[in-house]
Amino acid sequence: MARLNGFLLMLVVASSLGVVASQHQARKLYAAVEREQQRSSQLEVEWGQLQLEQSTWAAHARIEKLAREKLAMRPPQSGQIIAIEERP
Amino acid sequence: MTKAKKGVTFNHNPLLRSELPAWRPRFVLLCLLGGSLALIGRAAYLQGVNDQFLQAKGESRYARLLGVPATRGKITDRQGDVLAVSSPVKSIWAIPEDARLSPAQTRQLAGLLEMDVNEVNQKLAVDKEFVYLKRQVSPELADHIAALKLPGIHDQREYRRFYPGGEVTAHMLGFTGVDDKGQEGIELAYESALAGKPGSRRVVKDRRGNVVEDVQSIRPPQDGKEVALALDNKIQYLAHAALKQAITDNKAKAGGVVVLDAKTGEILALANAPTFNPNNRVHLTGDQLRNRALTDTYEPGSTMKPFTAALALENGKFTSNTIINCAPGRMTIGTATISDAHPHGALTVAQVIQKSSNIGAAKMALTFQPEVMWKMFDNLGFGSPLKLGFPGEVGGRLRPAKSWRPIEQATMSYGHGISVSLMQMANAYQVFARDGDMVPLSLSRLDAPPLHGTQVFSPQTAREVRQMLEMVVQPGGTATQANIPGYRVGGKTGTAMKLVGGRYALKYVASFVGIAPISDPRLIVAVMIDEPTGGKHYGGDVAGPVFAQVMGGALRTLGVPADAPLKPLQVARQGATSAASGESM
Repeated sequence: MARLNGFLLMLVVASSLGVVASQHQARKLYAAVEREQQRSSQLEVEWGQLQLEQSTWAAHARIEKLAREKLAMRPPQSGQIIAIEERP
Repeated sequence: MTKAKKGVTFNHNPLLRSELPAWRPRFVLLCLLGGSLALIGRAAYLQGVNDQFLQAKGESRYARLLGVPATRGKITDRQGDVLAVSSPVKSIWAIPEDARLSPAQTRQLAGLLEMDVNEVNQKLAVDKEFVYLKRQVSPELADHIAALKLPGIHDQREYRRFYPGGEVTAHMLGFTGVDDKGQEGIELAYESALAGKPGSRRVVKDRRGNVVEDVQSIRPPQDGKEVALALDNKIQYLAHAALKQAITDNKAKAGGVVVLDAKTGEILALANAPTFNPNNRVHLTGDQLRNRALTDTYEPGSTMKPFTAALALENGKFTSNTIINCAPGRMTIGTATISDAHPHGALTVAQVIQKSSNIGAAKMALTFQPEVMWKMFDNLGFGSPLKLGFPGEVGGRLRPAKSWRPIEQATMSYGHGISVSLMQMANAYQVFARDGDMVPLSLSRLDAPPLHGTQVFSPQTAREVRQMLEMVVQPGGTATQANIPGYRVGGKTGTAMKLVGGRYALKYVASFVGIAPISDPRLIVAVMIDEPTGGKHYGGDVAGPVFAQVMGGALRTLGVPADAPLKPLQVARQGATSAASGESM
């Protein structure tokens, strides 16, 4: 009887240690998930900012200004346009 | 004694040998019993009866309710270019009582916030528990301030809306307030779709404030949906730039341009002048805010005539070649006299449109029943709002047919005595761009064109009027400046005098509404210039060039094949190239 009790006691101790260990593990993993989620929302924000930046650089007003002033481009005169006919 | 010797030594004390009174141990026992009963009772009370309170207290030591922010949806154009996006910023706030800053610290803070030191001191001197020092600063700056670890100074995460298009898309998009809620334009019209719903969740935090466990998610956050507009960013820019130029050139008060896709009813561009920068709305006036194309009405003038002609053809009393005598350029109906800007002789119906004769239009209109004419205006969408969902849309003025006098019926045939918005006018021109039918307009991008519209005129009538509209931009018409090399275009000019205090003053609204390419119309462009004072005031001279610029650019942007010969024509045929490259093809 005493031997069985001792054995059961050991089992209880072992399983409680297991609970503690797995709890710790779970919290560590949870913290990792949390970090990744934060990173994902941060990246989302950065994506928005980059899109914003892209649209600012690619604004038609800016492109037209650069094309006209820096590259000295101009719309072609009607005589300079060659139309390509697509054969059906 | 042997017993005593075996026993404990304190028995030797003779005082103890005397018997205790019997009640004393019982009393002590009772006290102990009572005490333990009290403890058990208290424990039972705390565990069983009043457990909620303690559990809540305990939870509050480690559990936290966290708000989960949701972002507002983006607005994009039809190609997916971002037109409006929310980005996190921080607001710096303070608890004035806790903010005991040294003068050096205050100076540093004021410097970082780009504020006056006195202003900061003033804000910190108020007797409140919460005061914003500065709202919506960049996250980097907020981190910088947080690093100073000033007492009583905190920051708070907020969102700010950015509009990369600036003034180009200002009127279409509208803007949001400081709380990220829509206040004007699309931002208001699509508020329910764009707005995110913040969620919340309960978590367990450890000693260091890290979240270690998710207890429950009370409400998952819902990010706002992305809204794809029908707007084409490039066409919008073309419209904005051309309008701005025309306003400057003609020293005009205001103006508007609308571009519609005739195939689908999508609004490809909507530009107004004067405009504003939605990213910086400090010195905003009501004049800049007005979305003239949708929320203002004007008397359209001659742009109304094609509808009169269409109704005349539809009734069968006229054909394009029916002769109408417009001499001598004046006509008296009742007590009022109407006249043409340039007197004409006998004109065909087509020439009435081409030369824009008021007399010709009035003579056609006087053959209609008022109810029939009213019904046509109503079918075209005049007199009632378009129901786009855009804030502040107006319906214009169309009086019931019963109250029309003949002179009014005559003036309405050339667009006076009736008021419409520019968007309504563009919308109505669908009947000519399409084969006599109209589809509902759409602010957002459509995946499939509407199947069928409401028929207003027969396809035959629509085609005939389209021919007349083409004559307007050809030599002899009123808008030769609206011609676009490479494309067959058609349209109608409008030069209306403005009503000022109930009388027509020498102030004009010049407009042009046109469609192209005539062989298979794809686009409708409507231009309106309010009070041009640069010496020219005719619709063809003022609004025509804007139309040509916007329409030409838009057709090329959309890759619509040219349907008119270019001069000198250069066409590279595929046959020629394949012949040159031999048999490899």
